[in-house]
Amino acid sequence: MEYVQQLFEQFFGIEWGGALLILTRNLALILLIVLPLLLGVAYLTLAERKIIAYMQIRVGPNRVTFFGIPWLAGWGQPIADAVKAIMKEIIIPSGANKFLFVLAPVLTIAPALAAWAVVPFSPEIVLADINAGLLYILAMTSMGVYGIIIAGWASNSKYAFLGTMRTAAQVVSYELAMGFALVCVLMMSESLNLSDIVKGQQGGSFLNWYLIPLFPMFLVYFISGVAETNRAPFDVAEGESEIVAGFHVEYSGMAFTVFFLAEYSNMILVASLASIMFLGGWLPPIDIIPFTLIPGFIWLLLKIAFLLFCFLWFRATFPRYRYDQIMRLGWKVFIPITLAWIILLGGIMQLPPSFLNLWPLNLWFH
Amino acid sequence: MIDRIKSFFSTFLLFELLKGMMLTGRYLFARKITVHFPEEKTPQSPRFRGLHALRRYANGEERCIACKLCEAVCPALAITIDSEQREDNTRRTTRYDIDLTKCIFCGFCEESCPVDAIVETHILEYHGEKRGDLIYTKDMLLAVGDRYEEKIAQDREADANYR
Repeated sequence: MEYVQQLFEQFFGIEWGGALLILTRNLALILLIVLPLLLGVAYLTLAERKIIAYMQIRVGPNRVTFFGIPWLAGWGQPIADAVKAIMKEIIIPSGANKFLFVLAPVLTIAPALAAWAVVPFSPEIVLADINAGLLYILAMTSMGVYGIIIAGWASNSKYAFLGTMRTAAQVVSYELAMGFALVCVLMMSESLNLSDIVKGQQGGSFLNWYLIPLFPMFLVYFISGVAETNRAPFDVAEGESEIVAGFHVEYSGMAFTVFFLAEYSNMILVASLASIMFLGGWLPPIDIIPFTLIPGFIWLLLKIAFLLFCFLWFRATFPRYRYDQIMRLGWKVFIPITLAWIILLGGIMQLPPSFLNLWPLNLWFH
Repeated sequence: MIDRIKSFFSTFLLFELLKGMMLTGRYLFARKITVHFPEEKTPQSPRFRGLHALRRYANGEERCIACKLCEAVCPALAITIDSEQREDNTRRTTRYDIDLTKCIFCGFCEESCPVDAIVETHILEYHGEKRGDLIYTKDMLLAVGDRYEEKIAQDREADANYR
Protein backbone atom coordinates (compact mmCIF):
# COMPACT_ATOMS: atom_id res chain seq x y z
CA MET A 1 0.00 0.00 0.00
CA GLU A 2 2.86 2.36 0.91
CA TYR A 3 4.53 1.62 -2.39
CA VAL A 4 1.34 2.26 -4.38
CA GLN A 5 0.84 5.55 -2.56
CA GLN A 6 4.38 6.64 -3.44
CA LEU A 7 3.76 5.66 -7.04
CA PHE A 8 0.57 7.74 -7.18
CA GLU A 9 2.23 10.74 -5.53
CA GLN A 10 5.17 10.62 -7.96
CA PHE A 11 2.88 10.36 -10.94
CA PHE A 12 0.09 12.83 -10.06
CA GLY A 13 1.95 15.11 -7.63
CA ILE A 14 1.61 15.38 -3.84
CA GLU A 15 -1.76 17.17 -3.68
CA TRP A 16 -3.60 14.97 -6.23
CA GLY A 17 -1.92 11.60 -5.58
CA GLY A 18 -3.58 10.81 -2.25
CA ALA A 19 -7.07 11.80 -3.39
CA LEU A 20 -6.78 9.85 -6.63
CA LEU A 21 -5.52 6.83 -4.74
CA ILE A 22 -8.60 6.85 -2.51
CA LEU A 23 -10.84 7.33 -5.55
CA THR A 24 -9.23 4.44 -7.42
CA ARG A 25 -9.35 2.21 -4.36
CA ASN A 26 -13.03 2.91 -3.72
CA LEU A 27 -13.94 2.42 -7.39
CA ALA A 28 -12.14 -0.93 -7.34
CA LEU A 29 -13.99 -1.94 -4.16
CA ILE A 30 -17.34 -0.90 -5.65
CA LEU A 31 -16.63 -2.98 -8.74
CA LEU A 32 -15.58 -5.84 -6.46
CA ILE A 33 -19.03 -5.74 -4.84
CA VAL A 34 -21.23 -4.89 -7.84
CA LEU A 35 -19.79 -7.32 -10.39
CA PRO A 36 -20.22 -10.45 -8.24
CA LEU A 37 -23.64 -9.12 -7.27
CA LEU A 38 -24.75 -8.84 -10.90
CA LEU A 39 -23.33 -12.28 -11.60
CA GLY A 40 -25.27 -13.50 -8.57
CA VAL A 41 -28.42 -11.91 -9.96
CA ALA A 42 -27.88 -13.64 -13.31
CA TYR A 43 -27.52 -17.02 -11.67
CA LEU A 44 -30.37 -16.33 -9.27
CA THR A 45 -32.65 -16.17 -12.31
CA LEU A 46 -31.32 -19.56 -13.38
CA ALA A 47 -31.73 -20.94 -9.85
CA GLU A 48 -35.28 -19.62 -9.77
CA ARG A 49 -36.21 -21.28 -13.04
CA LYS A 50 -34.52 -24.53 -12.05
CA ILE A 51 -35.97 -24.76 -8.53
CA ILE A 52 -39.49 -23.82 -9.55
CA ALA A 53 -39.25 -26.30 -12.41
CA TYR A 54 -38.12 -29.04 -10.04
CA MET A 55 -40.98 -28.29 -7.67
CA GLN A 56 -43.35 -28.65 -10.63
CA ILE A 57 -41.73 -31.99 -11.64
CA ARG A 58 -40.10 -30.42 -14.68
CA VAL A 59 -36.38 -30.01 -15.38
CA GLY A 60 -36.05 -26.33 -16.32
CA PRO A 61 -33.41 -24.84 -18.62
CA ASN A 62 -30.91 -27.54 -19.54
CA ARG A 63 -29.67 -26.72 -23.05
CA VAL A 64 -27.40 -23.68 -23.21
CA THR A 65 -23.84 -24.57 -22.31
CA PHE A 66 -20.32 -23.17 -22.61
CA PHE A 67 -18.14 -24.45 -25.47
CA GLY A 68 -20.34 -27.52 -25.80
CA ILE A 69 -19.29 -28.99 -22.45
CA PRO A 70 -22.15 -31.37 -21.60
CA TRP A 71 -22.02 -31.19 -17.79
CA LEU A 72 -22.36 -27.40 -17.92
CA ALA A 73 -25.70 -27.73 -19.75
CA GLY A 74 -28.07 -25.02 -18.54
CA TRP A 75 -25.37 -22.81 -17.01
CA GLY A 76 -25.14 -20.64 -20.12
CA GLN A 77 -28.82 -19.72 -19.94
CA PRO A 78 -28.47 -16.38 -18.02
CA ILE A 79 -25.71 -15.26 -20.39
CA ALA A 80 -27.86 -16.13 -23.41
CA ASP A 81 -30.80 -14.26 -21.86
CA ALA A 82 -28.62 -11.21 -21.23
CA VAL A 83 -27.31 -11.19 -24.81
CA LYS A 84 -30.85 -11.49 -26.12
CA ALA A 85 -32.05 -8.59 -23.96
CA ILE A 86 -29.15 -6.36 -25.02
CA MET A 87 -29.86 -7.01 -28.70
CA LYS A 88 -33.52 -6.04 -28.41
CA GLU A 89 -34.92 -2.65 -29.28
CA ILE A 90 -36.00 -0.30 -26.50
CA ILE A 91 -39.41 0.93 -27.58
CA ILE A 92 -40.59 4.25 -26.13
CA PRO A 93 -44.39 4.61 -26.39
CA SER A 94 -45.49 7.67 -28.34
CA GLY A 95 -47.48 9.17 -25.47
CA ALA A 96 -44.76 8.57 -22.89
CA ASN A 97 -42.73 11.15 -21.08
CA LYS A 98 -39.39 10.21 -22.65
CA PHE A 99 -37.12 11.65 -19.98
CA LEU A 100 -38.92 10.00 -17.05
CA PHE A 101 -39.42 6.79 -19.04
CA VAL A 102 -35.67 6.38 -19.42
CA LEU A 103 -34.91 7.69 -15.93
CA ALA A 104 -37.21 5.23 -14.13
CA PRO A 105 -35.09 2.04 -14.54
CA VAL A 106 -32.03 3.96 -13.41
CA LEU A 107 -33.89 5.20 -10.34
CA THR A 108 -34.89 1.62 -9.55
CA ILE A 109 -31.50 -0.01 -9.84
CA ALA A 110 -29.34 2.76 -8.33
CA PRO A 111 -30.66 2.44 -4.75
CA ALA A 112 -30.73 -1.35 -5.05
CA LEU A 113 -26.99 -1.33 -5.74
CA ALA A 114 -26.12 1.64 -3.50
CA ALA A 115 -27.55 -0.06 -0.42
CA TRP A 116 -24.79 -2.67 -0.66
CA ALA A 117 -22.20 -0.10 0.44
CA VAL A 118 -22.85 -0.68 4.13
CA VAL A 119 -23.35 -4.46 4.10
CA PRO A 120 -20.57 -6.11 6.13
CA PHE A 121 -19.40 -9.33 4.45
CA SER A 122 -17.01 -10.20 7.27
CA PRO A 123 -15.46 -8.25 10.19
CA GLU A 124 -12.93 -6.63 7.83
CA ILE A 125 -14.72 -6.55 4.47
CA VAL A 126 -17.15 -3.62 4.37
CA LEU A 127 -17.06 -0.73 1.93
CA ALA A 128 -18.47 1.98 4.22
CA ASP A 129 -18.56 1.13 7.93
CA ILE A 130 -20.85 4.04 8.83
CA ASN A 131 -22.63 4.41 12.16
CA ALA A 132 -26.07 5.07 10.64
CA GLY A 133 -25.92 1.97 8.43
CA LEU A 134 -29.41 0.77 9.24
CA LEU A 135 -30.91 4.20 8.52
CA TYR A 136 -28.98 4.33 5.25
CA ILE A 137 -30.39 0.93 4.26
CA LEU A 138 -33.94 1.99 5.10
CA ALA A 139 -33.52 5.21 3.14
CA MET A 140 -32.09 3.42 0.10
CA THR A 141 -34.68 0.65 -0.03
CA SER A 142 -37.46 3.26 0.24
CA MET A 143 -36.00 5.11 -2.75
CA GLY A 144 -36.60 2.14 -5.02
CA VAL A 145 -40.35 2.67 -5.06
CA TYR A 146 -39.88 6.04 -6.80
CA GLY A 147 -38.47 4.27 -9.84
CA ILE A 148 -41.55 2.03 -9.98
CA ILE A 149 -43.98 4.94 -9.54
CA ILE A 150 -42.23 7.01 -12.19
CA ALA A 151 -42.08 4.03 -14.57
CA GLY A 152 -45.82 3.50 -14.32
CA TRP A 153 -46.59 7.17 -14.65
CA ALA A 154 -44.26 7.86 -17.56
CA SER A 155 -45.48 4.86 -19.59
CA ASN A 156 -48.84 6.53 -20.28
CA SER A 157 -50.57 3.14 -20.04
CA LYS A 158 -53.54 2.13 -17.92
CA TYR A 159 -52.07 -1.23 -16.95
CA ALA A 160 -48.77 0.30 -15.94
CA PHE A 161 -50.57 2.95 -13.95
CA LEU A 162 -52.73 0.40 -12.11
CA GLY A 163 -49.63 -1.63 -11.29
CA THR A 164 -47.93 1.48 -10.00
CA MET A 165 -50.82 2.43 -7.73
CA ARG A 166 -50.85 -1.06 -6.26
CA THR A 167 -47.10 -1.08 -5.71
CA ALA A 168 -47.01 2.35 -4.13
CA ALA A 169 -49.68 1.47 -1.56
CA GLN A 170 -48.22 -1.97 -0.88
CA VAL A 171 -44.60 -0.92 -0.47
CA VAL A 172 -45.48 2.01 1.77
CA SER A 173 -47.61 -0.23 4.05
CA TYR A 174 -44.99 -2.92 4.42
CA GLU A 175 -42.20 -0.40 4.95
CA LEU A 176 -43.85 0.39 8.29
CA ALA A 177 -43.93 -3.19 9.53
CA MET A 178 -40.38 -3.70 8.27
CA GLY A 179 -39.18 -0.57 10.06
CA PHE A 180 -40.81 -1.64 13.33
CA ALA A 181 -39.24 -5.09 13.07
CA LEU A 182 -35.86 -3.42 12.64
CA VAL A 183 -36.53 -1.21 15.64
CA CYS A 184 -36.56 -4.40 17.74
CA VAL A 185 -33.16 -5.37 16.34
CA LEU A 186 -31.80 -1.97 17.07
CA MET A 187 -33.17 -2.05 20.65
CA MET A 188 -31.39 -5.36 21.21
CA SER A 189 -28.07 -4.34 19.70
CA GLU A 190 -28.18 -0.67 20.77
CA SER A 191 -26.46 0.28 17.53
CA LEU A 192 -27.35 1.32 13.99
CA ASN A 193 -24.01 0.08 12.66
CA LEU A 194 -24.50 -3.22 10.82
CA SER A 195 -21.10 -4.56 11.90
CA ASP A 196 -21.97 -3.80 15.52
CA ILE A 197 -25.33 -5.54 15.10
CA VAL A 198 -23.51 -8.70 14.02
CA LYS A 199 -20.96 -8.34 16.82
CA GLY A 200 -23.85 -8.05 19.28
CA GLN A 201 -24.89 -11.58 18.26
CA GLN A 202 -21.49 -13.07 19.06
CA GLY A 203 -21.17 -15.43 21.99
CA GLY A 204 -20.52 -19.00 21.01
CA SER A 205 -23.48 -20.46 19.15
CA PHE A 206 -26.63 -19.84 17.17
CA LEU A 207 -28.52 -19.42 20.46
CA ASN A 208 -27.08 -15.91 20.65
CA TRP A 209 -28.51 -14.85 17.31
CA TYR A 210 -31.41 -12.43 17.39
CA LEU A 211 -33.40 -15.07 15.51
CA ILE A 212 -34.35 -16.74 18.81
CA PRO A 213 -35.64 -13.82 20.91
CA LEU A 214 -37.00 -11.98 17.88
CA PHE A 215 -38.38 -14.93 15.91
CA PRO A 216 -41.76 -13.30 15.14
CA MET A 217 -39.90 -10.16 14.08
CA PHE A 218 -37.74 -12.25 11.77
CA LEU A 219 -40.86 -13.65 10.11
CA VAL A 220 -42.42 -10.19 9.87
CA TYR A 221 -39.22 -8.76 8.41
CA PHE A 222 -38.80 -11.56 5.89
CA ILE A 223 -42.42 -11.57 4.75
CA SER A 224 -42.37 -7.76 4.52
CA GLY A 225 -39.17 -8.12 2.51
CA VAL A 226 -40.97 -10.43 0.08
CA ALA A 227 -43.76 -7.85 -0.20
CA GLU A 228 -41.27 -5.00 -0.52
CA THR A 229 -39.51 -6.62 -3.48
CA ASN A 230 -42.90 -7.35 -5.13
CA ARG A 231 -42.23 -11.06 -5.22
CA ALA A 232 -44.86 -13.81 -5.23
CA PRO A 233 -47.19 -14.18 -3.33
CA PHE A 234 -47.25 -10.37 -3.07
CA ASP A 235 -46.67 -9.67 -6.77
CA VAL A 236 -49.94 -7.85 -7.45
CA ALA A 237 -47.77 -5.06 -8.86
CA GLU A 238 -46.92 -7.38 -11.75
CA GLY A 239 -50.01 -9.57 -11.66
CA GLU A 240 -49.50 -11.22 -15.05
CA SER A 241 -53.04 -12.58 -15.13
CA GLU A 242 -54.76 -9.30 -14.24
CA ILE A 243 -52.69 -6.36 -15.44
CA VAL A 244 -50.25 -8.11 -17.81
CA ALA A 245 -46.99 -7.05 -16.17
CA GLY A 246 -47.89 -4.00 -14.13
CA PHE A 247 -45.52 -1.09 -14.12
CA HIS A 248 -43.12 -2.47 -16.74
CA VAL A 249 -45.66 -3.39 -19.45
CA GLU A 250 -44.27 -0.79 -21.84
CA TYR A 251 -40.61 -1.56 -21.25
CA SER A 252 -38.55 -3.77 -23.53
CA GLY A 253 -34.99 -4.83 -24.10
CA MET A 254 -32.33 -3.61 -21.71
CA ALA A 255 -34.66 -1.15 -19.92
CA PHE A 256 -36.84 -4.09 -18.91
CA THR A 257 -33.79 -6.08 -17.89
CA VAL A 258 -32.69 -3.26 -15.60
CA PHE A 259 -35.99 -3.55 -13.71
CA PHE A 260 -35.36 -7.25 -13.47
CA LEU A 261 -31.83 -6.73 -12.17
CA ALA A 262 -33.15 -4.29 -9.57
CA GLU A 263 -35.82 -6.74 -8.39
CA TYR A 264 -33.35 -9.56 -8.00
CA SER A 265 -30.61 -7.49 -6.38
CA ASN A 266 -33.26 -6.24 -3.94
CA MET A 267 -34.09 -9.87 -3.18
CA ILE A 268 -30.44 -10.60 -2.45
CA LEU A 269 -30.25 -7.43 -0.35
CA VAL A 270 -33.28 -8.38 1.75
CA ALA A 271 -31.88 -11.88 2.23
CA SER A 272 -28.47 -10.56 3.27
CA LEU A 273 -29.97 -8.00 5.66
CA ALA A 274 -32.16 -10.68 7.22
CA SER A 275 -29.11 -12.88 7.71
CA ILE A 276 -27.06 -10.01 9.13
CA MET A 277 -29.71 -8.82 11.54
CA PHE A 278 -31.29 -12.09 12.63
CA LEU A 279 -29.04 -14.97 11.57
CA GLY A 280 -25.75 -13.60 12.90
CA GLY A 281 -24.22 -12.40 9.62
CA TRP A 282 -20.74 -13.84 9.19
CA LEU A 283 -20.82 -15.80 12.48
CA PRO A 284 -20.67 -19.60 12.29
CA PRO A 285 -23.58 -21.47 13.93
CA ILE A 286 -21.33 -23.02 16.60
CA ASP A 287 -17.88 -21.76 17.61
CA ILE A 288 -16.08 -25.10 17.37
CA ILE A 289 -13.19 -26.06 15.17
CA PRO A 290 -14.59 -27.29 11.83
CA PHE A 291 -17.06 -24.41 11.65
CA THR A 292 -14.69 -21.62 12.67
CA LEU A 293 -12.20 -22.64 9.97
CA ILE A 294 -14.64 -21.63 7.25
CA PRO A 295 -14.20 -17.89 6.51
CA GLY A 296 -16.97 -15.52 7.61
CA PHE A 297 -18.23 -14.42 4.23
CA ILE A 298 -18.88 -18.05 3.25
CA TRP A 299 -21.20 -18.37 6.24
CA LEU A 300 -22.91 -15.16 5.19
CA LEU A 301 -23.25 -16.47 1.62
CA LEU A 302 -24.72 -19.74 2.88
CA LYS A 303 -27.31 -17.90 4.97
CA ILE A 304 -28.17 -15.61 2.05
CA ALA A 305 -28.47 -18.61 -0.25
CA PHE A 306 -30.85 -20.34 2.14
CA LEU A 307 -33.08 -17.28 2.44
CA LEU A 308 -33.08 -16.81 -1.33
CA PHE A 309 -34.11 -20.44 -1.68
CA CYS A 310 -37.02 -19.61 0.62
CA PHE A 311 -37.96 -16.71 -1.69
CA LEU A 312 -38.16 -19.15 -4.62
CA TRP A 313 -39.88 -21.77 -2.48
CA PHE A 314 -42.63 -19.25 -1.60
CA ARG A 315 -43.07 -18.43 -5.26
CA ALA A 316 -43.45 -22.08 -6.18
CA THR A 317 -45.93 -22.72 -3.36
CA PHE A 318 -48.29 -19.83 -2.70
CA PRO A 319 -50.96 -18.32 -4.94
CA ARG A 320 -51.09 -14.54 -5.26
CA TYR A 321 -52.76 -12.60 -2.43
CA ARG A 322 -55.85 -10.62 -3.20
CA TYR A 323 -55.20 -6.90 -2.92
CA ASP A 324 -57.36 -6.23 0.14
CA GLN A 325 -55.82 -9.25 1.87
CA ILE A 326 -52.36 -7.79 1.35
CA MET A 327 -53.48 -4.55 2.95
CA ARG A 328 -55.14 -6.40 5.83
CA LEU A 329 -52.03 -8.46 6.48
CA GLY A 330 -49.82 -5.39 6.49
CA TRP A 331 -51.93 -3.04 8.59
CA LYS A 332 -54.03 -5.29 10.80
CA VAL A 333 -51.64 -8.16 11.50
CA PHE A 334 -47.99 -7.15 11.11
CA ILE A 335 -48.08 -3.66 12.59
CA PRO A 336 -49.94 -4.73 15.78
CA ILE A 337 -47.59 -7.70 16.24
CA THR A 338 -44.49 -5.58 15.84
CA LEU A 339 -45.82 -2.86 18.17
CA ALA A 340 -46.69 -5.44 20.82
CA TRP A 341 -43.23 -6.99 20.52
CA ILE A 342 -41.53 -3.61 20.83
CA ILE A 343 -43.42 -2.94 24.07
CA LEU A 344 -42.63 -6.42 25.40
CA LEU A 345 -38.97 -6.04 24.51
CA GLY A 346 -38.81 -2.60 26.08
CA GLY A 347 -40.33 -4.02 29.25
CA ILE A 348 -37.76 -6.82 29.39
CA MET A 349 -34.93 -4.36 28.86
CA GLN A 350 -36.16 -2.30 31.82
CA LEU A 351 -35.89 -5.31 34.16
CA PRO A 352 -33.19 -5.02 36.86
CA PRO A 353 -29.75 -6.35 35.78
CA SER A 354 -30.01 -9.30 38.15
CA PHE A 355 -32.87 -10.65 36.01
CA LEU A 356 -31.06 -9.99 32.74
CA ASN A 357 -28.12 -12.08 33.97
CA LEU A 358 -30.34 -15.16 34.32
CA TRP A 359 -29.89 -17.94 31.78
CA PRO A 360 -31.86 -17.39 28.65
CA LEU A 361 -31.78 -13.61 28.89
CA ASN A 362 -28.04 -13.28 29.41
CA LEU A 363 -27.49 -14.75 25.94
CA TRP A 364 -28.87 -11.64 24.24
CA PHE A 365 -28.73 -8.72 26.66
CA HIS A 366 -25.21 -7.70 27.54
CA MET B 1 -65.58 -21.85 19.55
CA ILE B 2 -62.80 -24.41 20.00
CA ASP B 3 -62.64 -24.83 16.24
CA ARG B 4 -62.31 -21.10 15.75
CA ILE B 5 -59.48 -20.89 18.25
CA LYS B 6 -57.79 -23.85 16.60
CA SER B 7 -58.06 -22.35 13.14
CA PHE B 8 -56.85 -18.99 14.44
CA PHE B 9 -53.69 -20.55 15.80
CA SER B 10 -53.02 -22.75 12.80
CA THR B 11 -53.27 -19.64 10.58
CA PHE B 12 -51.41 -17.31 12.90
CA LEU B 13 -48.52 -19.71 13.50
CA LEU B 14 -48.16 -20.22 9.72
CA PHE B 15 -48.92 -23.92 10.17
CA GLU B 16 -50.95 -24.09 6.97
CA LEU B 17 -48.31 -22.27 4.98
CA LEU B 18 -45.68 -24.70 6.25
CA LYS B 19 -47.84 -27.62 5.18
CA GLY B 20 -48.01 -26.19 1.67
CA MET B 21 -44.29 -25.65 1.59
CA MET B 22 -43.65 -29.24 2.73
CA LEU B 23 -45.68 -30.41 -0.26
CA THR B 24 -43.69 -28.42 -2.81
CA GLY B 25 -40.53 -29.33 -0.91
CA ARG B 26 -41.31 -33.00 -1.41
CA TYR B 27 -41.86 -32.49 -5.12
CA LEU B 28 -38.45 -30.82 -5.37
CA PHE B 29 -36.95 -34.28 -4.93
CA ALA B 30 -39.57 -36.20 -6.90
CA ARG B 31 -38.65 -37.99 -10.12
CA LYS B 32 -39.05 -35.62 -13.07
CA ILE B 33 -41.43 -36.72 -15.80
CA THR B 34 -40.16 -34.45 -18.58
CA VAL B 35 -39.40 -36.17 -21.88
CA HIS B 36 -36.15 -34.70 -23.24
CA PHE B 37 -37.52 -34.26 -26.74
CA PRO B 38 -34.85 -34.56 -29.40
CA GLU B 39 -33.08 -37.34 -27.47
CA GLU B 40 -36.20 -39.07 -26.14
CA LYS B 41 -39.52 -39.40 -27.91
CA THR B 42 -42.94 -40.43 -26.75
CA PRO B 43 -44.30 -43.63 -28.31
CA GLN B 44 -46.24 -43.06 -31.53
CA SER B 45 -49.42 -44.80 -32.67
CA PRO B 46 -49.52 -46.27 -36.20
CA ARG B 47 -52.57 -44.02 -36.66
CA PHE B 48 -50.50 -40.89 -36.06
CA ARG B 49 -51.52 -38.06 -38.40
CA GLY B 50 -48.47 -36.07 -39.44
CA LEU B 51 -47.01 -34.82 -42.71
CA HIS B 52 -48.93 -35.88 -45.83
CA ALA B 53 -47.60 -38.14 -48.59
CA LEU B 54 -48.82 -39.36 -51.97
CA ARG B 55 -48.25 -43.06 -52.53
CA ARG B 56 -47.48 -45.12 -55.63
CA TYR B 57 -48.30 -48.70 -56.56
CA ALA B 58 -45.48 -51.23 -56.53
CA ASN B 59 -45.01 -50.78 -60.31
CA GLY B 60 -44.32 -47.07 -59.85
CA GLU B 61 -47.68 -45.83 -61.08
CA GLU B 62 -49.08 -43.06 -58.89
CA ARG B 63 -52.24 -44.10 -57.06
CA CYS B 64 -54.12 -40.81 -57.20
CA ILE B 65 -56.91 -40.82 -59.80
CA ALA B 66 -57.93 -37.19 -59.27
CA CYS B 67 -61.41 -38.00 -57.92
CA LYS B 68 -61.14 -34.84 -55.79
CA LEU B 69 -62.94 -36.43 -52.83
CA CYS B 70 -60.19 -35.22 -50.54
CA GLU B 71 -60.48 -31.70 -51.88
CA ALA B 72 -64.24 -31.82 -51.27
CA VAL B 73 -64.01 -33.23 -47.76
CA CYS B 74 -61.18 -31.04 -46.55
CA PRO B 75 -62.73 -28.83 -43.83
CA ALA B 76 -59.88 -26.32 -43.96
CA LEU B 77 -59.86 -26.02 -47.77
CA ALA B 78 -56.16 -26.82 -47.72
CA ILE B 79 -56.12 -29.08 -50.82
CA THR B 80 -56.12 -27.76 -54.41
CA ILE B 81 -56.32 -30.23 -57.31
CA ASP B 82 -56.23 -29.74 -61.10
CA SER B 83 -56.65 -32.77 -63.37
CA GLU B 84 -56.22 -33.71 -67.02
CA GLN B 85 -56.49 -36.77 -69.23
CA ARG B 86 -53.17 -38.46 -69.80
CA GLU B 87 -52.09 -40.03 -73.17
CA ASP B 88 -53.31 -43.48 -71.96
CA ASN B 89 -56.75 -41.95 -71.40
CA THR B 90 -56.56 -42.22 -67.60
CA ARG B 91 -57.40 -39.25 -65.44
CA ARG B 92 -54.46 -37.92 -63.44
CA THR B 93 -53.71 -34.82 -61.43
CA THR B 94 -51.56 -32.09 -62.90
CA ARG B 95 -51.51 -30.20 -59.67
CA TYR B 96 -51.95 -31.46 -56.11
CA ASP B 97 -51.14 -28.80 -53.49
CA ILE B 98 -51.61 -29.08 -49.76
CA ASP B 99 -51.24 -25.87 -47.79
CA LEU B 100 -49.90 -27.22 -44.50
CA THR B 101 -50.41 -23.84 -42.84
CA LYS B 102 -54.16 -24.32 -43.38
CA CYS B 103 -54.29 -28.06 -42.73
CA ILE B 104 -55.74 -29.10 -39.36
CA PHE B 105 -54.53 -32.73 -39.62
CA CYS B 106 -58.03 -34.20 -39.24
CA GLY B 107 -57.25 -37.13 -41.52
CA PHE B 108 -60.47 -36.84 -43.55
CA CYS B 109 -58.50 -36.79 -46.85
CA GLU B 110 -56.92 -40.10 -45.96
CA GLU B 111 -60.29 -41.60 -44.96
CA SER B 112 -62.06 -40.37 -48.08
CA CYS B 113 -59.44 -41.61 -50.53
CA PRO B 114 -60.75 -44.67 -52.44
CA VAL B 115 -57.26 -45.78 -53.55
CA ASP B 116 -55.23 -44.97 -50.42
CA ALA B 117 -53.22 -42.42 -52.39
CA ILE B 118 -53.10 -39.52 -49.94
CA VAL B 119 -51.96 -40.60 -46.47
CA GLU B 120 -50.77 -38.90 -43.33
CA THR B 121 -47.43 -40.23 -42.15
CA HIS B 122 -45.70 -40.50 -38.79
CA ILE B 123 -43.45 -37.50 -39.58
CA LEU B 124 -43.90 -34.56 -37.21
CA GLU B 125 -40.54 -32.78 -37.35
CA TYR B 126 -40.61 -30.62 -40.46
CA HIS B 127 -40.51 -26.90 -40.92
CA GLY B 128 -40.49 -24.07 -43.43
CA GLU B 129 -37.97 -21.27 -43.37
CA LYS B 130 -39.86 -18.74 -45.49
CA ARG B 131 -43.39 -17.97 -46.55
CA GLY B 132 -44.65 -20.62 -48.94
CA ASP B 133 -42.28 -23.35 -47.77
CA LEU B 134 -45.19 -25.19 -46.20
CA ILE B 135 -47.28 -25.31 -49.39
CA TYR B 136 -46.46 -28.86 -50.47
CA THR B 137 -46.76 -29.54 -54.21
CA LYS B 138 -47.45 -32.87 -55.93
CA ASP B 139 -43.75 -33.55 -56.49
CA MET B 140 -42.88 -32.93 -52.87
CA LEU B 141 -45.73 -35.13 -51.63
CA LEU B 142 -44.72 -37.94 -54.01
CA ALA B 143 -41.14 -37.61 -52.81
CA VAL B 144 -42.24 -38.00 -49.20
CA GLY B 145 -44.28 -41.04 -50.22
CA ASP B 146 -41.34 -42.63 -52.08
CA ARG B 147 -38.98 -42.05 -49.22
CA TYR B 148 -41.16 -43.47 -46.42
CA GLU B 149 -43.21 -46.04 -48.39
CA GLU B 150 -41.97 -48.91 -46.26
CA LYS B 151 -43.01 -47.30 -42.96
CA ILE B 152 -46.29 -46.04 -44.44
CA ALA B 153 -47.24 -49.54 -45.67
CA GLN B 154 -46.28 -51.02 -42.32
CA ASP B 155 -48.49 -48.55 -40.42
CA ARG B 156 -51.49 -49.22 -42.74
CA GLU B 157 -50.94 -52.94 -42.26
CA ALA B 158 -50.91 -52.60 -38.47
CA ASP B 159 -54.18 -50.67 -38.52
CA ALA B 160 -55.89 -52.67 -41.31
CA ASN B 161 -58.16 -54.69 -38.99
CA TYR B 162 -59.79 -51.60 -37.58
CA ARG B 163 -60.58 -49.69 -40.79
